[in-house]
Amino acid sequence: MNAHSSPSPHSSHSHEVDHGSVKSYLVGFALSVALTIIPFWAVMSGHLAKSTTIPLIVLMAIVQVVVHLKYFLHLNFSKSGRANTFAFLFTALIIVMVVGLSVWIIYSANNMMMSM
Amino acid sequence: MSTLTRAEFLADEAHRQVEGQEHEHHHDTGENTIFGFWIYLMTDCLLFASVFATYAVLYMNTAGGVSGKDIFDLKYVGVETAALLFSSITYGFAMISAYRQNRPATMSWLLVTFALGAIFIGMEINEFHHLILEGNGPNRSAFLSSFFALVGMHGLHVTAGLIWMVVMMLEVLKRGLGQQTVTRLNCLSLFWHFLDIVWVCVFTVVYLMGVAS
Repeated sequence: MNAHSSPSPHSSHSHEVDHGSVKSYLVGFALSVALTIIPFWAVMSGHLAKSTTIPLIVLMAIVQVVVHLKYFLHLNFSKSGRANTFAFLFTALIIVMVVGLSVWIIYSANNMMMSM
Repeated sequence: MSTLTRAEFLADEAHRQVEGQEHEHHHDTGENTIFGFWIYLMTDCLLFASVFATYAVLYMNTAGGVSGKDIFDLKYVGVETAALLFSSITYGFAMISAYRQNRPATMSWLLVTFALGAIFIGMEINEFHHLILEGNGPNRSAFLSSFFALVGMHGLHVTAGLIWMVVMMLEVLKRGLGQQTVTRLNCLSLFWHFLDIVWVCVFTVVYLMGVAS
């Protein structure tokens, strides 16, 4: 082979593939810790009403998933990362349909059975 | 803006052609592998989503037995969560060390990640063991069946990740950090961080919502 067969730091730099840096991992980690402690605190302390707690923990989970995708899985809209991101967005759409519609159908069915 | 990007793109293309076909081919293989693995992960996402949907429609069917509120210990789950979250960042440091071609650091971070993952799995097995001993096994109610299916499936994935990590540590030890090895480490990185995302959904939907409702 030639000189190119050894991994050259130059090629990985010029390509601008997002490998993450120590700093970006630490930022992602700090955000994740906060987004984990808040929902655990909300449920364990019991200070908040149930109607506030449930939306709060769901919101924290969604934000944390986005944080993980950005800082740990390096999803982005750059030229090289776009295909992964769109594959994920399509999957997310299917998931929302599978889970959301299942829950909607079964809960409606439950309500109708109870009112009989 | 778009013309600039176009110009950059053309310059990049020309640069690559000058660099030669051999290198280009080699570089592409790694990227394609990672993209293929990502597609697999997306199908795994769908698998988890369907089991989450199953749990969501079955969790209130406790058949007169225990509900989530009775059996979930949030402090315990908090420690499990911490172990998995720490293992995510330590794997990130392993990847950074691998890109820097630092073999001892990569090995150390992989070992730390493995230890944290093993703590997580050990705690989960212990939790399952206690539930089954107390008569709250998966055969007790639809709620417990779906609970064991969902949390158990995540646990099996983490176990597979741990086995893969041992294999990768042996590969790094024997072969060093060549391009192919780094590509494989990258796939495991995606797998590992993906499992952390699934766990965020598990602790929110199963444990926190189970105790809050």
